[in-house]
Amino acid sequence: MLKLRRVAFWVLLIFILTMGLMGCGKSTTQPTSSEGKEKLKVAFIYIGPVGDAGWTYAHEQGRKYLEQHVPDIETKIVEKVPEVDGEKVATQLVQEGYKVIFATSFGYMDGIINVAKKYPNIIFLHCSGYKTAPNVGTYFGRMYQARYLSGIVAGKMTKTNKIGYVAAFPIPEVVRGINAFTLGVRAVNPKATVNVVWTNTWLNPALEKDAAKSLLEQGCDIITQHQDSPGPMQAAEEKGAYGIGYNSDMSKYAPKAFLTAPVWNWGPYYVKVINEIKEGKWKSSQYWGPMSDGVVGLAPFSKAVPEDVRKLVEEKKQLIVSGKWDVFTGPIKDQKGEIRVKDGERMTDQAMLSFDWFVEGVQGTIPAKK
Amino acid sequence: MESVAVSVLAAAVTAGTPILYATLGELFAERAGVLNLGVEGMMLVGAVSGLIVTVHSSNHWLGLLAAMVAGGLMALIHAVLTVSLRANQVVSGLALTIFGTGLSAYLGKNMIGIPVPSPFESFELGFLSHIPLIGKILFQHDVLVYLTYLLVPFYWYYLYQTPSGLNLRAAGENPGATDAAGLNVNRIRYSAVCLGGVLAGIGGAYLSLAYAPSWLENMTAGRGWIAVALVIFATWDPLRAMLGAYLFGGIEALGFRLQAVGITVSPFYLKMLPYLFTILVLILVTSSNRRLRVGAPAALGLPFEREER
Repeated sequence: MLKLRRVAFWVLLIFILTMGLMGCGKSTTQPTSSEGKEKLKVAFIYIGPVGDAGWTYAHEQGRKYLEQHVPDIETKIVEKVPEVDGEKVATQLVQEGYKVIFATSFGYMDGIINVAKKYPNIIFLHCSGYKTAPNVGTYFGRMYQARYLSGIVAGKMTKTNKIGYVAAFPIPEVVRGINAFTLGVRAVNPKATVNVVWTNTWLNPALEKDAAKSLLEQGCDIITQHQDSPGPMQAAEEKGAYGIGYNSDMSKYAPKAFLTAPVWNWGPYYVKVINEIKEGKWKSSQYWGPMSDGVVGLAPFSKAVPEDVRKLVEEKKQLIVSGKWDVFTGPIKDQKGEIRVKDGERMTDQAMLSFDWFVEGVQGTIPAKK
Repeated sequence: MESVAVSVLAAAVTAGTPILYATLGELFAERAGVLNLGVEGMMLVGAVSGLIVTVHSSNHWLGLLAAMVAGGLMALIHAVLTVSLRANQVVSGLALTIFGTGLSAYLGKNMIGIPVPSPFESFELGFLSHIPLIGKILFQHDVLVYLTYLLVPFYWYYLYQTPSGLNLRAAGENPGATDAAGLNVNRIRYSAVCLGGVLAGIGGAYLSLAYAPSWLENMTAGRGWIAVALVIFATWDPLRAMLGAYLFGGIEALGFRLQAVGITVSPFYLKMLPYLFTILVLILVTSSNRRLRVGAPAALGLPFEREER
C-alpha cells in the first residue's frame, strides 16, 4: 500500500511538471518587418476563439490583413477573454507596451473606459459599443445592409414562405438584423414570414443546431442566424434545406445548404485606423461603417443561387452603396400593422441603435426586459 | 399539435442519448459502490479524443474507439485513487472533472471550427421507421442511439439476472460480505469504474461526432452533472435511467419547440428543471418507509479495506 502511494505520488508529480512545461510559453506575438525602427504595438482582445468560424474569426482575418498592409507594426492577440476580464487584460497589455488596443466585444465597454481613464496616452477602440472618451473610439459596421441583401436571397428562394431565424439575444443589434433581413424578404416576397427563435447564447453549436431543427420542423425551408457557430447550417444541411450563415463564409460546413452569408471585413478599417494613428490624425469617433466602406458584405454566392436573384441583389446593393437609399426607409410597419417609419422617411441612427420592435412579417416576440 | 409532440419526443431521444450513456456508466460505478463525480471531465475528454481521431482518420468508428479509451483511462485514474489508495471519492471525482475540462480544452484548441469529415448519420431501420408516430420518434436516428436500445435491456438483464451482476451489486451493498464470500471487491470496483468511464467517453463522443459534429470548449455544458443527478433520479435502475434521460433531454428540446409555436418559457427555468426533478426524487426516496426498498447502494462512497471491516 505504501509503495503504491509513493509510486503514484512521483508519477503524478512528474506528470504535472511535464504538463506545466508543455503549457507555458508560446504567446502569439508576430513582429513584422525591419528591426531598429520603432514598431507600433497593437493588441487585440477577443471574446472567443479564432477558430469559431464567426465573430472572432472575422476580426482575426482583419488583423492578418492589417499586418500584411501596414509596415512596422507588432500585433498581439489574447483570445477567449471573458467580458469581466476585459479590463484586467487591457491593463496588462498597456503595461506590456501596447499603444493601441482593439476590444472586440460589447461587454468590454465599461472596462475599457476605466482603463482608458488611467492611460490617456493609449488609444482604445471598442467594437460594437457606444461609450467614448478622448482616447476611446467605437466602431461597428452597418451589418443590417448586408442582412437586407441576404433577405432578398431568402425571400426569392423559399418555397414554403417560412424562413427560420436562429437569434442569440434580444438586444437592439440582433433585432435590427432580424428586421433588415425581414424587410429584404418581404420586398421580394410579401407573403413570406420570418420565424424567430432565441437561444440566449452567442456560441453553442449543439443548442444552435437544435434551435434550427425546431424551426425546420415547423416548415421553414431556409435558415439564417445571428450566431457564431455553423450549428444552424448543419441542421439545414441534414434536412436538405437552405441556409444563410453569418460572420464568415460557412460553406465548408454545409456545402449543399449554404447560399450566402452577411460577413464582416474588418481589414480595410483596421488599416485606415492604424494609418491615422501613425500619422497622428486619429480622433475619437463612433464609426458605424457602411457597406460602401467595405466593412460589411456578402459572402460569395453558392452555385444554388440563381442568376436572377444575384442580379437583383447586385442592383439593391448598388443602391445602398451609392447612398441614395438605405434599408430602414419608410414606409415600415410593425407587427401590429402600425406605421412606425413614414413613407420616404429614413430611420435615424439613434432609432436603429435602440431598435426594440419587430417589423411586419416577423413571427416571434422580443422578451420584455425586467 | 400532434406533430409538435412527435418532434419534441424525437428530439428528446437524441438529446437524451449522451446523457443516457454517461448515466449508464455512472450506474455501473455506483452500483459497485464507487461514486464517480468525474463524469463531466470524462465526457469532455471522450468528445475531444473522438473528434481528433475522426478528423485525422476520417473514420468515426476509430474516433469512437479513441473516445472509449480516453474515458476509460481517466476512469482508471479515479479507480486507482479511490479503490487502491482509498482516497476520498468525491474529491477525486471533482478533481478529474476539472482536469478533464482543462485537458480537453487544451487538446481541442486547434480543433475548434474544423468540420468533422464523417459524422455519425441517421438512418432508417426498414419498416420500423415507418410505423406511425413511434417510427419517427424512435427509429430515425443514428447507430449510437440504436445501440442504447440494446444496451439498456442488456444491462437490466445483466444487473438483476446474472451472477456477475449480483456480485456487482453486492460489492456496492456490502463489500465486507462480498469479500468474505471470496470475491475480489477491488477487481469488481476497478472494472465497474473503468467501464463507467468508457461509457461516459461514448456519451461525450456522441456530442462531438453525431449530435453537433464539432468541438467547442466545454461542449458537454453540464450534461455530466445531469447524469450524476439522473442516477439518483432513476434510483439506480437502468430502465428508469433511460426514461429519465429522455425526460431530461426532452426538457432541453422542449424550449425551442415551444418558442417556435409562440409559447415563451424562460430558458433558465427549463435548465433548472432536471435538477428540481432530481431533488424531488431525492425527497421521495429518502422518506423513511421507502428508504429500505428503493435506496442507494449501501456502501456507496465508502472505500473498502479488508482490515478495517
